[in-house]
Amino acid sequence: MTTATQPRGRDRAADHPVAGRSERLRRATRWWPTLMLLVLFTLPYSALPLPGLLDGPIGSPGNLQLLALCLLFGGLATGYDLLLGRTGLLSFGHALYFAAGTYVTNTVMLEAGLPFAASALLGLLAGVVLSALLGAVSLRVSGIGFSMVTLAFAQAASILVQRDPGGVTGGEEGRAAPADRLPASLVGIEHTANLYWMALAYLVVALVVVQWAVRSPTGRVWEGIKENERRVEVLGLRPYGYKLVAFVLAGTLAALGGIVYLPLTGGATPQTTTSDFTLSLLVMVVLGGSGTRWGPMVGGILYTWADHRLGDLAGSGAVAGLPSVVRVPLSQPLFLLGALFVAVIYLLPGGVARLPARLRTARTARASRLAARREEAVPS
Amino acid sequence: MATVVLLTFTGLGLGALYFLIASGLSLIFGLMDVLNFAHGALLSVGAYGTWWAASGHLPGAGTEGAGFALAVVFGTAVGTIAAVLLEVAVIRPLYTRPREQILATVGVGLAVPALLSAIWGADARPFPGPKALSGTFALLGAEVPLNRPVLIGVALVVLAALKLFLGRTRHGLVVRAGVEDRAMVTALGIDVRRAFTLVFAIGGAAAALGGALGGLYFGSVDPGQGTSLLIFAFVVVVTGGMGSLTGAAVASVAVGLVQQFANYYTTAGLGDVAVVVLLAALLLVRPRGLTGRLA
Amino acid sequence: MSPAPAPLLTVRDLRVVIGGRHILHGVDLEVAASGTTALLGRNGAGKTTTVRGILGLVPRTGSVLLAGEETVRQTTHALVRRGIGYAPEDRGVFAALSVAENLRLAERPGAGEPAYDLVHELFPELRRRARQAAGTLSGGQQQMVAIARTLLNGNRLIIADEPTKGLAPKVVTEVAQALERAAEAVPVLLVEQNLAVVRRLARHCVVLADGRTAHQGPALDLLADAEAARRLLGVGSAGHGGPARTPAGPPARTAARPAARTTEADA
Repeated sequence: MTTATQPRGRDRAADHPVAGRSERLRRATRWWPTLMLLVLFTLPYSALPLPGLLDGPIGSPGNLQLLALCLLFGGLATGYDLLLGRTGLLSFGHALYFAAGTYVTNTVMLEAGLPFAASALLGLLAGVVLSALLGAVSLRVSGIGFSMVTLAFAQAASILVQRDPGGVTGGEEGRAAPADRLPASLVGIEHTANLYWMALAYLVVALVVVQWAVRSPTGRVWEGIKENERRVEVLGLRPYGYKLVAFVLAGTLAALGGIVYLPLTGGATPQTTTSDFTLSLLVMVVLGGSGTRWGPMVGGILYTWADHRLGDLAGSGAVAGLPSVVRVPLSQPLFLLGALFVAVIYLLPGGVARLPARLRTARTARASRLAARREEAVPS
Repeated sequence: MATVVLLTFTGLGLGALYFLIASGLSLIFGLMDVLNFAHGALLSVGAYGTWWAASGHLPGAGTEGAGFALAVVFGTAVGTIAAVLLEVAVIRPLYTRPREQILATVGVGLAVPALLSAIWGADARPFPGPKALSGTFALLGAEVPLNRPVLIGVALVVLAALKLFLGRTRHGLVVRAGVEDRAMVTALGIDVRRAFTLVFAIGGAAAALGGALGGLYFGSVDPGQGTSLLIFAFVVVVTGGMGSLTGAAVASVAVGLVQQFANYYTTAGLGDVAVVVLLAALLLVRPRGLTGRLA
Repeated sequence: MSPAPAPLLTVRDLRVVIGGRHILHGVDLEVAASGTTALLGRNGAGKTTTVRGILGLVPRTGSVLLAGEETVRQTTHALVRRGIGYAPEDRGVFAALSVAENLRLAERPGAGEPAYDLVHELFPELRRRARQAAGTLSGGQQQMVAIARTLLNGNRLIIADEPTKGLAPKVVTEVAQALERAAEAVPVLLVEQNLAVVRRLARHCVVLADGRTAHQGPALDLLADAEAARRLLGVGSAGHGGPARTPAGPPARTAARPAARTTEADA
């Protein structure tokens, strides 16, 4: 019961830790994002193995592909959290904008024969226009109604894609990207590193854009809307416009992610249009920590990695030898992820990102409780 | 004419299926503000329970007559138990965190179908229905499958039973009051959380029954069945107005019919799209759904 | 007066924090074992939150003793079942339910025969309108339903939160009469802005200011002392402490209303 209200308090406490030590700490940690970026940038050159985490050396094409997917979903989750964690909008239709990026780009390349760059631009434009149009409509209703309308639109699009109108979308198989339209540097197993860097660039763009937007005056209004929409109205601001900006920005970031996804996986598949795809984004964000700077990214990376590695684990000999009660559930990554998700909601409110702060405040809370008890002993 | 008759029965049959899911969803949302994303999983549990029992695993159950009825009862019971477990073990501890409740049902909604396909495979399994229900009957020149009127009849019985329960019993009174103002129900000395478990049990039973009958309708069961029906059940719930049983019934019929007719007379798939577009349009005109209940 | 028996309800250091905002900073109050105890204070002083805190409708800490038994760890429904009737500020009437159903909800199975005779004697209108949807009743009639629900069971304590708010003068009299009658049998904790009603009903009073207890004592003493009444209740000019702080709820509600109503009632 008490856990319900505490994360915020804990977080606030974590923002103002004991001065001296933390000042030094903060100065040291200010550089870690840059450092991290450097490390991520040089990964393709690394031949280091990460036993348990990855099969074989990091720089192998298979691993780079997986890592690129992790980074891509890290960025995608970051963009999605612009709605969920920053503006308090629970959209169930985010897959639509991602898929718009993938499908429009792919279709333009295939049908109009335009090169990748031009097609990608059109794909991005499609994302902007779609999210602006559908966002403008969906945001007319609030609360769970909004969630339902976004879900409805995405579902309609998903059905359309799977029905393969005019043979454009490729139906349930999807359509492979035309290798001759893609730049040569993005095609072929020997160029996986380029795809990896592209995914990394996307992640950086998503992080920077979200961070910049959240700190802007608009971002402060979003925060107000998330906390209490009526209070924003009382201030004479119309939340609708601000919410629409968030929706379009998140939709655009998603479309961009979809464009990166296309050469990375070599085609457009209808799985990316389904509500399950949006739900997995939701899981990523909550897993990592909604409304935090790094949380959604961490969640996206963890989820994607787990999704792939758990699949390998399921097929591995270690699992095959287990009794069926254990083996059968383990053979389904989605079961493990679903269960893990529920566990995170219970045990880790605020997600992975809040874990260090939780540990820290748990310690200080214990200390202050002791202090309070000592104070109580003194009659007032 | 024959086509219209067939489409009407099929649309109503599908609507009946939607109603069996949506009635529980609507009650649960109305009372607890929980949008239960695991409700499709409950349907799948019911479907697999019935399938498991009917394919000879449960002594006494079978594919014909009383044996099949027993299998349906078994599937429904399993779904009910699953729903109660879901409420007690997953929803209740998150009582003070409404958004997390929804997220937790998302997790369960992902995990349960995955578990089902881990145990019985991801592919559709033929559903063993009684021969008596696999035939068709002639009406105005149309050959209507018998399972359609069965589905419609069961849905009507469920609707009547729920109406009686809500209108005539004290528990039903508590549920109706709770839909309006939970806190006030508590302040009158009533443990509203018992009503939570109750609506989950009722909703789970209806969904599981829908799963058993959905097996008849589709002729097969697969792990994802419940989830794909769930989205349209959401459409029904929102269209009908959250927490309104009559609204859910009317919307189920409307959605089922629109879907079938549009799919037939335009392109396949357009009916599904039409339904969701209609929902969006409705919400824009009436943000509270058909019945004016909160959305 | 005979020496006061032990109070029925004793509240000590009641604190309420909602959404990180401290609404109550430690309220102490006692509800006498008989008669009406008025809970007074300016708008935003925390009267409604105190009542909701006592009932456990908002998360609270402190001590709430009902007939000597600690109840602060009990759930609302368990506490209410020990014999509390509650008529909330917004009346808490279920609009889609009929009058009869509203009353039936307040019945407590296994706790004796519900006192419909008393209810129908005090509010004959409710019998006539038994089948009417409560949402279509007038404000006064809805308040009758709310009060009737508290009278139905053999409660040990009735809590009524601003029962006369927004009612026509004639209905105010009717509601006050019903409460007066109820208070003959059961102690009443009454939140009230209408000082005429307080004067008529209340024997004791507790005054809150800024989420704390500012005064406790006989009600008539306070009302007789014009200066104290002004200082504590803000009747007439604004007294100490500047503008009253607003607890939960839309801020617009606190504006302007109290001064007009209390002065009118005081006149």
